[in-house]
Formats: sequence, structure tokens, C-alpha cells
Amino acid sequence: MLASVFSLVSAALFVNLDAVDVAFTEAAVGAGISTILMLGTVAITARREAPSTRPRALPLTVVFLTGLALVYGTLDMPRFGDPAAPAQVHVAPKYIEDTAREIGIPNIVTAVLASYRGFDTLGEVTVIFTAGIGVLLLLAATIRDPQGAGVRAMHHHLVLRVVTKVLIGPILLFALYVQFHGDYGPGGGFQAGIIFAAAFIIYALVFGLETARRAVPGRIVRLLLAAGVLLYGGVGVVSFVFGRNYLNYSVLGPDMITGQHIGILLIEFGVGMTVAAVMVSTFYAFAGQHAPIRDEEW
Amino acid sequence: MGFDDVLGLFNYWAIIFLMMTGFYVVVSRGNLVKKIVGLNIFQTSVFLLYICIGTVAGGTAPILTGQPEVYSNPLPHVLILTAIVVGIATTALGLALVVRINYAYGSIEEDQIQKADEAAEFEED
Repeated sequence: MLASVFSLVSAALFVNLDAVDVAFTEAAVGAGISTILMLGTVAITARREAPSTRPRALPLTVVFLTGLALVYGTLDMPRFGDPAAPAQVHVAPKYIEDTAREIGIPNIVTAVLASYRGFDTLGEVTVIFTAGIGVLLLLAATIRDPQGAGVRAMHHHLVLRVVTKVLIGPILLFALYVQFHGDYGPGGGFQAGIIFAAAFIIYALVFGLETARRAVPGRIVRLLLAAGVLLYGGVGVVSFVFGRNYLNYSVLGPDMITGQHIGILLIEFGVGMTVAAVMVSTFYAFAGQHAPIRDEEW
Repeated sequence: MGFDDVLGLFNYWAIIFLMMTGFYVVVSRGNLVKKIVGLNIFQTSVFLLYICIGTVAGGTAPILTGQPEVYSNPLPHVLILTAIVVGIATTALGLALVVRINYAYGSIEEDQIQKADEAAEFEED
């Protein structure tokens, strides 16, 4: 609960600092997935922390001294919002000035993410993919109830069931909108993937893991997990074949701008697939661990 | 150092406070889940630091509108929005490790795990 609030407050801060895309991501992540994973782990392991026997003074001193050193370090930093700060004068103006001409989409963040720094983003997606594989490797062997009895359907929570049924359609639709509208407004594959996954997780929480597994089998999720990264990398290979640099989208269309549009759409789709699949399969792996959770505990 | 300097640096100090809070939780707590929570707090402070560095006074969100306007620096936004999603994926990996440690040792308290390790080594000798 507090984790969600923490996330919401930081999302609001990001909006205030003009970082709408970041705020969107933080809100999508914090609203559900991170909280659920934390709660899930606490439920599987230990509910209470053992009373600490450690001395408190030493860590406190270390932290205090480090903080002081960092504060001293900030004295030389450019003041907040200074347009002449080094961070503002190097690459950023190029992105801001050239995006309209070279990429032709209004959202500069998406242009930088998917095109100018597409290689970097491919790396990030690979990290997410690898982390997903790691979770599956660690937890797949110890799944205790393959039938998914741990997350049972909440049969007698009528209001929850009805509200969830009504909400899931719009959530999925919204995820699609975020996915394909990322060129024009805040959004993109990362946010859409998380929202997609959140819809399935709500479904699994309310209607039971088994029902969710029947709707989206783990096998298909694992397939999508790899397919997203493959799609992203494949787009790069296509530009190779046409004799350009890796992930240069200009070859994908009749002219540069169209090519960029197609390329960004494709790789964002790949990102969305992988992110959603990693989140859903992580949730499946965690949810399959535990002995049944009683209804009273909700 | 005048009042303007204090205002201009106050953001960074708040971020450092948050960062040190996370750091304190990581080093002082023996509970592995709490350590991960601490890491998450630390991580959020780094995100805020990047976004603060990218903010331009009087600027707006970096989405082109056609009129000449001042935009915030889009580069930190890109780095951080991917980092948030990578962060949740790595958090999940960390929590999965905690779950496995709990299966292997029956505890997620660092002290007890260490004791169990020492006992096992003692038996080997």
C-alpha cells in the first residue's frame, strides 16, 4: 500500500518536472506490479522481520557522512533549471531540433528512445528479457501447486468480480492506445506492456490463477517473451540486409520519414510484447509458489 | 552562497536525503526483502536526480507542438523510463532469489543465513 503511494507521489513529481513519459511509466509500474511482487514475496517467505540485534550507530554514521560528502559535491553543480547547464547544451538540442525533420513524430522522447538511441533500448529490452528468464529459471523448479490453487478465485466477492469484468476491456484497450499512440503523446511499448500485464494480473487475482492460465497459457507467454526481442533485433537485421547500419529504419519505407514511422512502430511493438510477457510470466512464477491464501487475508 | 543558491540546490539535497534513506535501509536491515525495498528507494532517488538534471526552467514536456517553445531535456527521460522497467524486472529477479533462499535456509534474515553457512562449514571440517 505504502509502496503504491510512494510510486504515485514520485509519478506526480515527474509530471511536475515535465517528464510525462517517465511519470506514466512509474505510475503504471507502481500501481500494480511492484506492489504485488513485494506482497507476494512477503506472503511466501516471512511475514515479520526478526528483531534486529545489529548496532544502529555505525550505519547511521556512515550514511550521514556519505550524505554530507554528496551535499558538498552538489555545491559545484549547476543550479536547478539552468538552461546553460552542461547537460542541456550537448546532445539534447540536436534531438529537439532534428526530430521533426528526421523522424517526423511529435514525441521527442519516443524518437530518441526508438530511433536515435535504438541500440541502447535494444540493450535494455535484452536486460528485461534476461531478468525474466532468470526469474523463470529460479522459480519454475519450485512451483508448488501447478493447478494454481494459491491464487483462488474470489467467488463471493461479487462487487470485485463485476468491477473487474467491466474494467479489463477498457484497460486492454487503453494499453493498445498507449502502445500505438506513443509517437504522438506520452506512451510507448514500455508503458503499454506494463498496462497489458496489469490487466492480466488483475484478472488472475480476482478469477483465480487457473482461469488466467487457461486464457493465457504460460507456454504462449514464454513464446511472446522471446518473440518481442527477436522482432526488435530482426528489424535491425532487415536494415543490415538493405545495406544500412543496424537499426537504421530509413530503408523500411519509400522515404526516410515513412521508414522511421514503420521502424518505430515495429520495435515499440516488440518492446511491448517482451515487457508484458516478462511481467505476466514473473507473476505466474510467484503466484504458483504458495500454499493457498485464505480469503480472510485479503 | 546566497538564497538563490540554496533554492537552486535544494532539489539535489532532497534527493540526497532520499538516497541516504535507501542506503541506510540497505546497510542496517538484515531482512532481505527490506534490503530490496531500500534498493528501490535508492533507485527512485537516482531517477529523480536524472530528471531534475534534465529540467529546464520555463520548459515544457518534450512533445513538439509546432510553436517555438522551450523543452525539457528528452535524453534523461528516455534513460529513466527504460530504467524504471528494467528496475522492476531486476527487482523481480531479486525477489525470486529471496524466495529461493527462503526455501534453502528457511529464513530471509541475513544473520541466520550466515549462521547456517558457518554451521555447514564447521560440519565439513
